[in-house]
Amino acid sequence: MTATLANPRIDARVGHGDARANAASIGLWVFMGVVTALFSLFAMAYLMRMNSSDAVTLALPWQLWISTALLAAGSVVLQRASAAARLVDVMRTRRLLLAGGLCAIAFLCAQLWAWRALLGAQVMPAGNPAGSFFYMLTAMHGLHVAGGLIAWAWVMRAFIREPADGGWRIALCARYWHFMLAVWLALFAMMAWVTPEVARFICGTA
Amino acid sequence: MAYADDAHHGPQTFGARYIWSQDHKVIAVQYTIVAIIVGLVGVALSNLMRMQLGFPGKFDFIDANRYYQFVTMHGMIMVIYLLTALFLGGFGNYLIPLMVGARDMVFPFLNMLSFWVYFLSVIVLLASFFVPGGPTGAGWTLYPPQAILPGTPGYDWGIILMLVSLLIFIVAATMGGLNYVTTVLQARTEGMTLLRMPLAVWGIFMATILALLAFPALFVSGVMMLLDKTLHTSFFMPAMVSMGQQLDYKGGSPLLFQHLFWFFGHPEVYIVALPAFGIVSDLVSVHSRKSIFGYRTMVWAILAIGLLSVVVWAHHMFVSGMNPYFGFFFATTTLIIAVPTAIKVYNWVITLWRGDIHFSVPMLFAIAFISTFVIGGLTGLFLGNVSVDIPLSNTYFVVAHFHMVMGVSPILVVFGGLYHWYPKVTGRMLNDTLGHIHFWVTFIGTYAIFFPMHYLGVLGMPRRYYAFDNYSFIPESAHVMNMYISIAAFVVAFAQLLFVFNLAWSVRHGRPSGSNPWRAASLEWQTPETPPVHGNWGPHQPVVYRWAYAYGVPGAKDDYIPQTAPPEAGGMEPDVHGKGEARGVPA
Repeated sequence: MTATLANPRIDARVGHGDARANAASIGLWVFMGVVTALFSLFAMAYLMRMNSSDAVTLALPWQLWISTALLAAGSVVLQRASAAARLVDVMRTRRLLLAGGLCAIAFLCAQLWAWRALLGAQVMPAGNPAGSFFYMLTAMHGLHVAGGLIAWAWVMRAFIREPADGGWRIALCARYWHFMLAVWLALFAMMAWVTPEVARFICGTA
Repeated sequence: MAYADDAHHGPQTFGARYIWSQDHKVIAVQYTIVAIIVGLVGVALSNLMRMQLGFPGKFDFIDANRYYQFVTMHGMIMVIYLLTALFLGGFGNYLIPLMVGARDMVFPFLNMLSFWVYFLSVIVLLASFFVPGGPTGAGWTLYPPQAILPGTPGYDWGIILMLVSLLIFIVAATMGGLNYVTTVLQARTEGMTLLRMPLAVWGIFMATILALLAFPALFVSGVMMLLDKTLHTSFFMPAMVSMGQQLDYKGGSPLLFQHLFWFFGHPEVYIVALPAFGIVSDLVSVHSRKSIFGYRTMVWAILAIGLLSVVVWAHHMFVSGMNPYFGFFFATTTLIIAVPTAIKVYNWVITLWRGDIHFSVPMLFAIAFISTFVIGGLTGLFLGNVSVDIPLSNTYFVVAHFHMVMGVSPILVVFGGLYHWYPKVTGRMLNDTLGHIHFWVTFIGTYAIFFPMHYLGVLGMPRRYYAFDNYSFIPESAHVMNMYISIAAFVVAFAQLLFVFNLAWSVRHGRPSGSNPWRAASLEWQTPETPPVHGNWGPHQPVVYRWAYAYGVPGAKDDYIPQTAPPEAGGMEPDVHGKGEARGVPA
């Protein structure tokens, strides 16, 4: 028996025996676990720091809704690209793949726009912990999206060269985009709802 | 397999073969060499510390600032850049693919990147010796607020380089870790079930999972401290007056840093201990020609220790103060770890019991490990109790404890492992005489260094002090003891140079080893060529029929049965119900 922990969906897509796709799939799950640990720890730090008397609630800029919509759009589009790849519709896959990446680039631009808006409102990185966390968490998340874009560029290149063999890569790309969306939604919700009062309630110091 | 296509077409140019290599064996050697070099820097720093402690005031160039820099850099180098890198990057890289029957790691390019990113982290770390103010002297725990404030050596450039280096190291460790975990899960050869893997692989596998989950905590604290230092955020920095000046910081929580740091820091102990446990299990079994006792309990113990290690971190913070119920909780979880750990120790000892023990150099190191680990573990039971920890916490007792348990013990296993697998890596044996000298000096020497420190600690001698002048409670005999400890430290350091010489000399002049000098059953010794070539296994990957511990099987023609021998040869692993009967049916 060859012991493998293959992802059956990816397995079905590429046929059995493509160890590389299965390995990449498992590697990505493990990496997502690491990133989950990272952001969970950031969240714990946020909670403990917002539990202090000097923390205030931040009025989050409206641009974040645009960036959220862009990231969600990227996620949907890449999922459809993955479906198109399964149907061996090369041109459509290529267009959707491109659109998915562009959505992520637009997301990063919208995040920078939100930064500008906050800086314009005199919320400085070194001021209140709520502001410090906002800049740091959006930057960390943005870096992970940017890392995803490097992978996306590589997937684009591979797909253009070998359209027949690219389906599993697009599926993994889409999975990472969904994950980045989930992380962002969690961060967004945390920064909006975990106010100092809520933090104090959770930490039992209210 | 896609990554097996080029099994016989390895890279041809020197650069591709030895520098930008994607072969796990070359990367393992690269990791090992860099870790040993940086480890020698760590040893030199410890000797500089001992010069001051043993002969205070005799060496003008060692002032208080330099002393703290030596302490800090020694600690960080040994824990992170030597032990973690060597166990995971060195042993992990070399052993995992060979022991599970893979041709390479599943992501060879990422693996190469992992080494070079690690190398960059070492360069950044060592660069801090040459920046204005020198390296940080904040102590290896880098506690804020002092780590980034004037008065602490290297508070400006040194601490920044240290934090940047750690962040780079974590990126490297993550790249490597993804490879190790995925390779174990995905690339095992036919017949190599998880419960047939050698314990060395189990130990490294679990340690890697711990590293992947714990290093993010160091990453988070590193990023936040870097921002506190460079952008003057107040994540960890409270409002305070420093050098007569009111600082910009306000409201930050130094305790938050401690929680994050130790959420990494305690699993880190097991990141270096679990591979050591695994490797020792293999050494004890091979060199006593007996199957490992209680293989499955060993695996469960590894898993239990890994799980428990993430819920004990605050025992490092008893003196920071906490709710008594938390103290009770963390003391309890800490003491519970003794159970799976003791199971492992019993199993090693029972494996040795009535074994055909060969006192080869690797075996000597393995037995020495059991001894130092028991000593260090027992003092851990003292310190796990809040009421005992508080008076002992800031004394040499703690220095003695953690050096025995996570300094000396793992490094003895590193040596044992290097003596054991060197023949596979190079095709030659290390010199035996030098090996014995190295062993006895290191083993007796480290006891001479660290055992007396328990007494110094109980005496109340504080750790992290540069000088001990005019303390009435410290008797003259303690100073004499310190002098002897220092001399022992110099001798042990010299013995390490003999070892490094042996490593270098034996590459060309060592006795040819043949492919399996220890007559070991595990897969790495069954490669068609020694040293194994690119792709490891020739045209066909091996098929595994049994566990890696078929030694002294009654009725067998030899005293070991390789994992690849046909099923008729016997020596199957004990069945699931532990009746000790051979399963008889191959996978």
